[in-house]
Amino acid sequence: MTTDTLETPELMSAQKSTKDIYLPPARKKVTDGGKPHVVAREFSIYYGEFEAVKRVNAEIPSKYVTALIGPSGCGKSTFLRSINRMNDLIPTCHTTGALHFDNEDVYGKYTDEVLLRKKVGMVFQKPNPFPKSIFDNIAYGPRLHGINDRKKLMEIVERSLRKAALWDEVCDRLDKNALGLSGGQQQRLCVARTLAVEPEVLLLDEPTSALDPKATAKIEDLIQELRGSYTIMIVTHNMQQASRVSDYTMFFYEGVLVEHASTAQLFTNPKDSMTEDYITGRFS
Amino acid sequence: MNLRTRKLLDRSFTALGFGSLVVMALALLVVIVPIAVKGIGAVFFTGTIEHRKMLSAEFHTGDPRELTSEAAASERYRANIYSMLSGFEGELDRMDPEKKAEYKNKYGQVKSSLQALLGPLPGEPAPMLTRFKYGQTRWDKAQEKLHDLLYETKWDTSNPNAMSTEYFVRRAESFKGTSLEKLFPYVEQNIEKMMLPKFTFYSGFITESSVDSHFFGGIWPEIQGTFFLAFGAMLFAFPLGVIAAIYFTEYAKPGFFNSMLRSANSTLAGVPSIVFGMFGLAFFINTLKVSDSKSVIAGSLTLAIMILPTIIRSAEEAILAVPKTYKEASLSLGSTKWNTIITVILPAALPGILTGGVISLGRAAGETAPIIFTAAVSVGSAIGLADVFNSPTPALSWNIYNLASEHEAAGELRHVQYGMVLALITVVLLLNLSAIILRARISKKLKG
Ligand SMILES: Nc1ncnc2c1ncn2[C@@H]1O[C@H](COP(=O)(O)OP(=O)(O)OP(=O)(O)O)[C@@H](O)[C@H]1O
Ligand SMILES: [Mg+2]
Repeated sequence: MTTDTLETPELMSAQKSTKDIYLPPARKKVTDGGKPHVVAREFSIYYGEFEAVKRVNAEIPSKYVTALIGPSGCGKSTFLRSINRMNDLIPTCHTTGALHFDNEDVYGKYTDEVLLRKKVGMVFQKPNPFPKSIFDNIAYGPRLHGINDRKKLMEIVERSLRKAALWDEVCDRLDKNALGLSGGQQQRLCVARTLAVEPEVLLLDEPTSALDPKATAKIEDLIQELRGSYTIMIVTHNMQQASRVSDYTMFFYEGVLVEHASTAQLFTNPKDSMTEDYITGRFS
Repeated sequence: MNLRTRKLLDRSFTALGFGSLVVMALALLVVIVPIAVKGIGAVFFTGTIEHRKMLSAEFHTGDPRELTSEAAASERYRANIYSMLSGFEGELDRMDPEKKAEYKNKYGQVKSSLQALLGPLPGEPAPMLTRFKYGQTRWDKAQEKLHDLLYETKWDTSNPNAMSTEYFVRRAESFKGTSLEKLFPYVEQNIEKMMLPKFTFYSGFITESSVDSHFFGGIWPEIQGTFFLAFGAMLFAFPLGVIAAIYFTEYAKPGFFNSMLRSANSTLAGVPSIVFGMFGLAFFINTLKVSDSKSVIAGSLTLAIMILPTIIRSAEEAILAVPKTYKEASLSLGSTKWNTIITVILPAALPGILTGGVISLGRAAGETAPIIFTAAVSVGSAIGLADVFNSPTPALSWNIYNLASEHEAAGELRHVQYGMVLALITVVLLLNLSAIILRARISKKLKG
């Protein structure tokens, strides 16, 4: 049994039947979505010789929420980071196969990665605010895009912070350094910072791993709110969270995409026995 | 290892570390305190009326009315000496030739001692050099000269196996029975009334140029020259060094060419400074002809080459110490690499970069060898900012060396040498202090 499943006692008790885990919440209807937004074809990612993600074939539907689950070290972060080419920062990292975003080759010779990253925002596993004021952190992205009007920036900052459920806690100290916030507050600040850029795709790498249940619920509410206007991909170790927030789920194991299906199906009727073992916690 | 030995080890390491710090602090104290005490003596000292005369004549400072009355008071006592001298000269004329020859030489010594103490004697031709126009300006030096007047220095060479030893003979003894005999006790008793010693704060030592190669006046040209050279060097080296560091850390791809560049940089950091001096002369002056001969700009460029490796190295380390996550965050928001460097990485690395810069600035201010052939002159007036392209300048580091070892009257000017040393130390310490404060303020801003 992995430690992942030990976190939630409810899950332990739910091991008897996979059906009990998945409780489909009431969701608003997504209009004009479902087109393949990110498409991987025989897509592999290497760190030097080591193949961290192996020949993935997948289509991520637009404007829906896709959860990425799997044991630690299975390549979830690696896959996520490859979509906005953050792996470029690692000199040994290279890819084979094809990855398309909006029918454009992400790793194409003439792809402008700066433009790509404006459209594909990311919240990292570890909170990483700049050593600047809270205001400057959020305003960083909008300023990059040429917004310099203080009033307009203030509007964006407030809206983003409200969405990330942080406004009430920091509204009276926007000029204070962001590194003075707690870990959970910093993570929500990073969410707000990404939202301020208004990307098309949101990549969330365990956004709630450092948050308390209340803040977690707020982030989950936020995801529900954004669903329908953004394509969201969220990495999580929390099966309940995956089932609560996502429409589709991808299960990775040792770099291989084992199963990719609608969340309802993957949690109630997994095709692969490995998937079933993992989501029920019967994993060795 | 059990708890007791571990604690013992801990404690002994603490004691060792603390002990070495104390030794270092003591060593620093032993070096700094005497320099500071003697250096301060160049600004705060007991000055004589000769000092005030000099200030009035050479720098037009001080109260002339007060000086006139002071001079009159001192002159009343000095007049007696002059009449004693002319009395003895008459006596000398009346002596028989043999005796006259015996006294003549000794009398010459007395006269020159008196001249050194009180300034030119009446009836003598006016001296050409400014240094001979005044008596002793400092009370401590005046006392030395008084000793020279009262005692004749002789050397005991009776023991051929040992170094000869010096001993003193009262000049009053030599002139026993003559009219000059009473001159010596008179001078000894009335020296204060003739010299009028007064506590003096001489700020001109910092703000004035020197007169007659540092005999009088101050060291402002040297201080200014040091600032010009050091900041000039930073003007070239700092931007260049930071850009090079950015290239090394953010743009350079690992490979043969870059490892060559890096090792060249490290080698450059270890080259003796005199080699940079020769290089500066050969390259900047003879080859590039940035100026016809020594100039501030040539010296600054030479110093810049010398401190460049240090700046590159420290800037590189500071940039590498910036957490990678800042860069990730910035790039993921759609920032370009260059924009990320400017808005995120450099601000976060700034404290470290500044520290390296100021250490280099201090080094540039203190180095002598690189400027000997490229920028420094022994004596000169303060140059204007427009002259940096074609005129050399005095500088503290070079003039300390020059005054202590090359100057024809090095022994007479100890107070100026110590004053310069203290000025140089103060300049470097102030630079470092400002860097520490700046660094602390930026760090505080970064940490929140
Ligand atoms: N920079 C790197 N260099 C080399 N190997 C790496 C690097 N980053 C990750 N890996 C390896 O790639 C594999 C996948 O790592 P990844 O971070 O994608 O896992 P993950 O699924 O996100 O795990 P977790 O749930 O613990 O975050 C791991 O085996 C890891 O050791
Ligand atoms: Mg991860």
